[in-house]
Order: sequence, then structure tokens, then C-alpha cells
Amino acid sequence: MAEAQAVATPQVRRSAGRRSWRGWQFVGPFMAVFTLVFLAPIGYSIYLSLFQTKLIGGTSFVGVDNYRTALSDPQFWSSFGRVALFLAVQVPIMLCIALLVALAIDSGRLYGKAFFRVSVFLPYAVPAVVATLMWGFMYGSQFGLIGDINDAFGLSLPDPLSARLLLASIGNIVTWEFAGYNMLIFYSALKVIPTSLYEAAEIDGAGQLRIVWAIKIPALRGALLIATIFSIIGSFQLFTEPAILKHLALNVITTYYTPNYYAYQLSFSGQQQNYSATVAIVMGVITMVIAYLVQVRGARKAV
Amino acid sequence: MATTGTTTPTAPRTRSRPDRPGRRPLIVRRQASPRRRRSPLLTAMTSIVLLYSLVPLLWLVINATKSQEGLFHSFGLWFSGDFALWSNIRQTFTYDGGIFGRWLLNTLLYVVVGAGGATVLATLGGYGLAKFAFPGKRLVFVVVLGAVAVPTTALAVPTFLMFARLGLTDTPWAIIIPSLVSPFGLYLMWTFATEAIPRELLESARVDGAGEFRTFFSVALPLLGPGIVTVLLFTVVATWNNYFLPLIMLKNPDWYPLTLGLDRWNAQAHTAGAAAVFNLVITGSLLMILPLIAAFLLLQRYWQSGLAAGSVKG
Repeated sequence: MAEAQAVATPQVRRSAGRRSWRGWQFVGPFMAVFTLVFLAPIGYSIYLSLFQTKLIGGTSFVGVDNYRTALSDPQFWSSFGRVALFLAVQVPIMLCIALLVALAIDSGRLYGKAFFRVSVFLPYAVPAVVATLMWGFMYGSQFGLIGDINDAFGLSLPDPLSARLLLASIGNIVTWEFAGYNMLIFYSALKVIPTSLYEAAEIDGAGQLRIVWAIKIPALRGALLIATIFSIIGSFQLFTEPAILKHLALNVITTYYTPNYYAYQLSFSGQQQNYSATVAIVMGVITMVIAYLVQVRGARKAV
Repeated sequence: MATTGTTTPTAPRTRSRPDRPGRRPLIVRRQASPRRRRSPLLTAMTSIVLLYSLVPLLWLVINATKSQEGLFHSFGLWFSGDFALWSNIRQTFTYDGGIFGRWLLNTLLYVVVGAGGATVLATLGGYGLAKFAFPGKRLVFVVVLGAVAVPTTALAVPTFLMFARLGLTDTPWAIIIPSLVSPFGLYLMWTFATEAIPRELLESARVDGAGEFRTFFSVALPLLGPGIVTVLLFTVVATWNNYFLPLIMLKNPDWYPLTLGLDRWNAQAHTAGAAAVFNLVITGSLLMILPLIAAFLLLQRYWQSGLAAGSVKG
């Protein structure tokens, strides 16, 4: 975001001679709807977070009380800890898979390269709801694959829907959905590296691994940064997968399984809309701060 | 966002290369270089990821051919005795008064109006940002790109409360209006328009006396094709897959999109007094993903170049 500003500056200056309001004819419609569905809800939730509704006494202004409650709410921190763990484990695994496949396809040494590229990307076209239903069935003991394998080999594999494994099982679903998408982002960035660089490196006697390490990985830094930031945002927003798996793992998925799920439950089952708005804002601020720090760090390294 | 990231590390490297002494000219080398050898080992290793991606889809296809009975009495990755795909499809469309067809039409409505509108707004906005200087432009950048980082689901609850006051909840508008804005689409269109439309072309159209909108439609729009297809595909995926927003906005099943409907059918097995219809959930899931997979396969050329343009910048 800071960089967007930096990018914008030279352009604004270049044509500063013809600054007029005409551009708004094109940008105006987007900004109008954007204001209605982005800015207004943000403003409204900040407003809500400053009030409290009680059965007796009605709604009253409470200042930052809700924030104080949220920051010392063990259920909120438990849900936050869960998505933070998810982020720390699932995102690196997914990005590694995506990176390895992108490098393999880009190396030009695969048979059926186009088939690989399209097939690995396909799960992205599957809605999260369908992906979760599908994996949920496969995880299940009734007619799932785990049950089949247990029956066929007389094994007793651990239940993927048990409390111990559920987060990993969700991680697997998310990895399946998005590894291909990230692969494509990396692959697109690899394709624009001029081949003369590789040729020059080969003349200098560099092996394939050295080329990957010294040319390809550095060239991917921007794409890696984008993918990491999007994955952080995605992890912190985790909602659909646990919400759907809830039917299969009733006792494992608590009302505060993820921050988003917690905010949802507070608002729609608990009728605590003011507190729900607070939780959503706290989570939004944490997400933006972390995304910003990652971006600053990544940008600094690139210099 | 990190627009300079990809170009900065490579550019200086290219320039520093020619300084190195004792190299043969590149042309000679290129002619002499043999075609890259294919590697069976690398292909085999990458195939693990390929299987991981495709086996669940294969599972879905195979199990859509089984009756509810067959699901429980056959191996998951192979067909059961009876081939029930056609009767499953028929049942999916007739069960519960044919509500699946209604959900499909709802989804199409949300996609056509929501994703279509989002693409129009992003195209106009991206073009405006790329080719005009106007007061408040920098503010637009900061606000919109900052919004990419705001968890959209965090906005859902206040949006619901606002829409409830306006009387919009439980109507299609509650799904369509929020779908009209795609900050990522705007960003993609902006980067794409910056590179795809030469400034001179616009200047000459203006010199010829064409108005701004005429210039846009006759000069700019044809050049934006691949970018528009990319944005359209991504907004279509987003609206087609939307779950959270309909979940909180809609109570009446008549307005459900497919995602919510399938979830409801699936949950039915776990509520007392209702029959499990897993075969219909599975067949419905298959029917739901086929159009998107077909669209992605058919439009490959477009979105891959569009995505490439976006990621070169990003």
C-alpha cells in the first residue's frame, strides 16, 4: 500500500499539466458503490463498537470498553491463536508446493507441461463450499476414503475429524484449493525472466539448481510477497471450511473456532452485535498491521 | 501493491552482465544449445501434486454415479454395481419441488448482474486511474488498496445491519450490491490499462474531437479485452462461490444460491426427521463446478495472459 503511493506519484506528476475532474467520470461509479459497501460499513462498525446494548437500560455509549473486553477475552485469543498456528504451518507448506510445481513446469523438463499447469490450477475453480463438502465426505468414516482404507487393510487410521487433527484437515482443504492458484502467480512471474539470463548463467558454468537459487528465486520476490499477503488475509478470514465441517464435527468446532466464526456467532446466535463489530475491527486491524509489516520487510529486502 | 518487487532484482543484473570479460556472443550459444531434455524423474515427482489435485475431483465424478445406497456399500474410488448418474441428476432437479433449478437460476442472476457489474465498474475505474490525472487520485489509490487488506468478512456483519435498516436483507439486492465492488479487479484493470493503451492513441482521438466516452469505447475498450476477461473470470468465481454473504443476508430458501442450498441439503442428514440425500449433494456439487471448470478451460488463453500482466506488475 505504501508502494502503491510511490507508484502513483510519478504518474500524477507526469500529466500534472492537464489535471481536471474528467477522470472522475470513470472512477466515480466504482467509488460510489465502494463507499456504500466498504467505507460505510467500516464507519458503522466503528460506531457500533463504541456502544453497548443491555436488556435493562438499553443502548449506551461505553467508549473503548468493548475493545478492553475483546483484548482480554480468552475465547477471542483462543480463536486468534488457532488461525495464527494455521497461518504459520499451512501457508509455508502451500507456497512451497506452489513454488516447486511452478519451478518444475518452468524448467521445461516435464512431459505434458500444459496438462500439469491446467490440472493443478483446476481446484481453484471449485467453490470452497463444494471443496469442503467433498473432502468432508472423504474424511468421513461412513462412506469416506478413510473408512474404505481402514476396511480394506484392517487398519485404524486416526479420524481426520477428531479434535486433534481437524485443523490439519482444514489446512489440507485450503492447500488443495489454493496451491494451484499460487502456482500460476509464480509461473507467470517466472515466464517474464529474459532467457538470456539463463544462457549467460550457463556459460558461466552455473548448474540448474544454482540458476534457480540465483536467478529465479530473486525474480520471484514480488510474486512471493503478493502471495504471502493474500494468504495471510485468507488465513485470518477462515470461515467457510469450519462452518461447513461443523455438521461433521459438532463437538470439535466451538463457537469461537476462528475469529470470523466467533464474530458471526456473536452477532447471529448471541445477539451481541456491538461486541461482534468490535471483534471484527480488532481482527481487521491485526490483519492490516501484519500484512503491512510483511510488505515493508519484503520491500526492504528487495532494495 | 509490491509493484517494484519483480523488476528491481533482475534489471541491474541484466545490465551488469555485458561488463564481464571473456564471453562468446549469445547468438552463437543459442544456436548451439540443444533442446532441453525432458526428465521422467521430475515428471514423476510433479505427478504427486497432479494426483493430489485431481483425485478428489475424480472421487466426485465417480461418486456422482452412485445411489444413496451404493455410496455406503462400495469403494470410494471405484464405481458401484448400478450406474445411477442419470437418475441422480433427475432427482437433483426434482427433489424438494425442483428447488435446485431455482438455486441455479439465483446463482446465475447474482453472477450475471453482480460479476458483470463489478467488471464494468472495475474496467471504467481502472481506465480512469491509468489514463487521467484528477484531484483526489492518490486518495483513491490509498483507500482502495488499503481495502484489499480489510477482511471482507469483517465487513459482513455491519453491512448486514445497514441493509436490514434499508429493508434490503432477504432480497437479491443484498447479494448483488456488495458483489459489485472488486478492489482486486480494479487493481488488475489499472495495471493492465496502464500498459495496454498507448497515451498517443488517446491523444489523437481527442485531437479528432471525440468525447471522453467515445474515446473510451472506440479506442480503449478493444485493447482491454484480455484484462476484462481476466477480471470477469475472477469476479465470476467470487460470486459463484460466495457463501458467507448469502448465509447472513438470506433467510428465504427461494433466494439461496447453490452454495447455500447444497449446504442446507447436506445439513439435512444431521437434523432429526429428514432423510439424508448425500447422493444429491454430491451430484449437485458436480453439476455446480462443471460450468466454472469449462469456462476456465475454454478461456485459458485470455486469463493466463491477463494474470501474467497483473503479476508482472505485482
